[in-house]
Amino acid sequence: MSTFYKELEREPTMTETNTDKEHWDMIIQPKTSMLDLQLKEVWRYRDLIMLFVKRDFAAQVKQTVLGPVWHLIQPILTTAIFLFLFTGIAGIQTENVPSPMFYMAGITLWNYFSMALTSTANTFVTNAPIFGKVYFPRLVLPISIVISNLIKLAIQFGLVIAIMLYYGISGKYTFHFNSSLLLIPVVVFILAGLSLGLGIVISSLTTKYRDFTLLLAFGVQLGMYVSPIPYPLSIRPQGSMLRTLLDLNPITPLVEAFRYALFGHGTFTAGTLLYSAVFTVVVLFFGTIMFNKVEKSFMDTV
Amino acid sequence: MSNTVIKVENLSKQYRLGQIGTGSLAHDINRWWHKVRGNEDPYLKVGEANDRASKGDSEYVWSLRDVNFEIKQGDAVGIIGRNGAGKSTLLKILSRTTAPTIGNIKIKGRVASLLEVGTGFHPELSGRENIFLNGAILGMTKVEIKKKFDEIVDFAGVERYIDTPVKRYSSGMYVRLAFGVAAHLEPEILIVDEVLAVGDAEFQKKALGKMQDVSKGQGRTVLFVSHNMGVVTQLCNSAILLNKGSVAYTGKSDLVVQKYLNLNLSGETYEAPQEKEFYIKKAQLVDEQGNVCSTFGTSNKIYLQFTIAKNIKKASAQLSCTIQNKTGDYLTTFVEDLDKWFNDANGSNEHTFQVLYPGDLLVPNYYAFRLAIFSGRAVYDLVEMICPFSVIDEGSSMAMYEGAGYGYFSTNHQFKQIL
Repeated sequence: MSTFYKELEREPTMTETNTDKEHWDMIIQPKTSMLDLQLKEVWRYRDLIMLFVKRDFAAQVKQTVLGPVWHLIQPILTTAIFLFLFTGIAGIQTENVPSPMFYMAGITLWNYFSMALTSTANTFVTNAPIFGKVYFPRLVLPISIVISNLIKLAIQFGLVIAIMLYYGISGKYTFHFNSSLLLIPVVVFILAGLSLGLGIVISSLTTKYRDFTLLLAFGVQLGMYVSPIPYPLSIRPQGSMLRTLLDLNPITPLVEAFRYALFGHGTFTAGTLLYSAVFTVVVLFFGTIMFNKVEKSFMDTV
Repeated sequence: MSNTVIKVENLSKQYRLGQIGTGSLAHDINRWWHKVRGNEDPYLKVGEANDRASKGDSEYVWSLRDVNFEIKQGDAVGIIGRNGAGKSTLLKILSRTTAPTIGNIKIKGRVASLLEVGTGFHPELSGRENIFLNGAILGMTKVEIKKKFDEIVDFAGVERYIDTPVKRYSSGMYVRLAFGVAAHLEPEILIVDEVLAVGDAEFQKKALGKMQDVSKGQGRTVLFVSHNMGVVTQLCNSAILLNKGSVAYTGKSDLVVQKYLNLNLSGETYEAPQEKEFYIKKAQLVDEQGNVCSTFGTSNKIYLQFTIAKNIKKASAQLSCTIQNKTGDYLTTFVEDLDKWFNDANGSNEHTFQVLYPGDLLVPNYYAFRLAIFSGRAVYDLVEMICPFSVIDEGSSMAMYEGAGYGYFSTNHQFKQIL
């Protein structure tokens, strides 16, 4: 008996209720309140989040010779293609910033977003075997995916730094670093939240209707071209159709702010950045509600 | 404060049969429309009991319907019932992998389920890494796992391999490690679903012992689902019998097991609930005259007839046919190669077979059959405790002791005076 109660004190209860005279630790019922986000429970499983991050990374690297170096090949190739297409053929000017550096920064950020989004969007479908056998807060998995992709982002960011060092040391570009460097963690944080939010919305929808997976693959590809990745925002004048579309895209201020922090060129204001942040919070909020609603019954429909 | 740790109230779970996706959008919209107008979900009114053998009219079935029971702390409770009686659904709801449609379960303490050991094991990670990962998936914190680590490794007996990726483990080592993690969870309520079917005999004994410790020694509550009535009677002090989604009987485990056997031994023709790639479609017992029968005299021949159907292109498979006793233990098995009948590479085919068991083979008792179609380690279909039958005494000198237990087999022995 004594160990039984000791355990209870240590473990915070899950869904507390006092409607009954007795005290129950957990009540399993058809539906909980819509606004019960269960974030407390996710926090209780924080060790699991970190272990999933470790698993994702370790499993990828094992039995490869080059290991994490593989993460560098994709951005290098994409940059090369952009140089050929947008600088070589289309002749797009990149705001006095050397094109390779400009593209590399944008691609790094976009890669993070698209990788995190596509893998979180498949959470339910790919993890159905585990989810069907044991309970843990399902939100743990998308969160761990967003974090483990941060490691890849850090590796690719190393490439951006390397290329910046090259231009800086050879004197081909003069950097003026200032406090705006602090924007980088802010941008990455908002982007992580955005990809998590959109990812869980889509994963909630895909459990029943797989159509959304197909739509997503298409959308991510298209999304890059309505984000200022292969060109600067300033290329389109205010008021043009493409510019309006770009301004509505919550990723636009993030990319521009990121390049501003690194190279000193970019078009954004505190207002547009705030727009991205608010957009992210709203998506995350509704995403979590949808996700929690789906996680209770998705095993019957997935 | 009463010591009830699990209280199940009006628990019901509805499933939709058939393909999800076609027509489900229309149902979703209809459901939503009723909700907007403040009406009840129209599909909750329909649905029928989950009797898989008979073809129903409704697309919706109730896998569980109005289930109520309470479990006290320290009880070891067996949950028994035929395939499709709702056992697995109940466990799934208890372990929170799916939510009930109506009703609720109130729980005190932490629940851990061993629905299948080794959940989340990653083949590329080492034993050590997997212990931590698996432990965390099952709800332990890092500190807790660290404390238990040596004990788990010791229990599984894999110390030498602890830093080797688990993909290099033998299947026995793998299972031992997985069960080791699960067994050291120390939840207040442990849910076990026939995990004991795996591993070698020595390990099974160890695992059963561990379960007994958990329920008897440490005052924890165990819910155990099994087809093996012997183990249920041995391990559990009480049991719940589910039938077609409802609680048919609860009480002391030996009494409930007896009820289950009576329910099961009513004589039936087995019919597959759904089509599979390669499966046993139908099975029945007939006597010498060809009548479907479930009671045989000791000298009667017993004919088992069954139909096997194949729906996949290419498959090489074997059939195993086992006589089981009333508690589910295997008494005798033979294996037959199916390739010579199912060698039509392009299409489906279906054949009916008959097995003849000679008279004077089984002694008066209750028996059933277990049929499996498998290929190597892959199992296409497996049915247990089907075609239950009884062998009755035809007036041997044992007849007056009916019920005392004859054993199972008659020996073709000689008995004579030699001195």
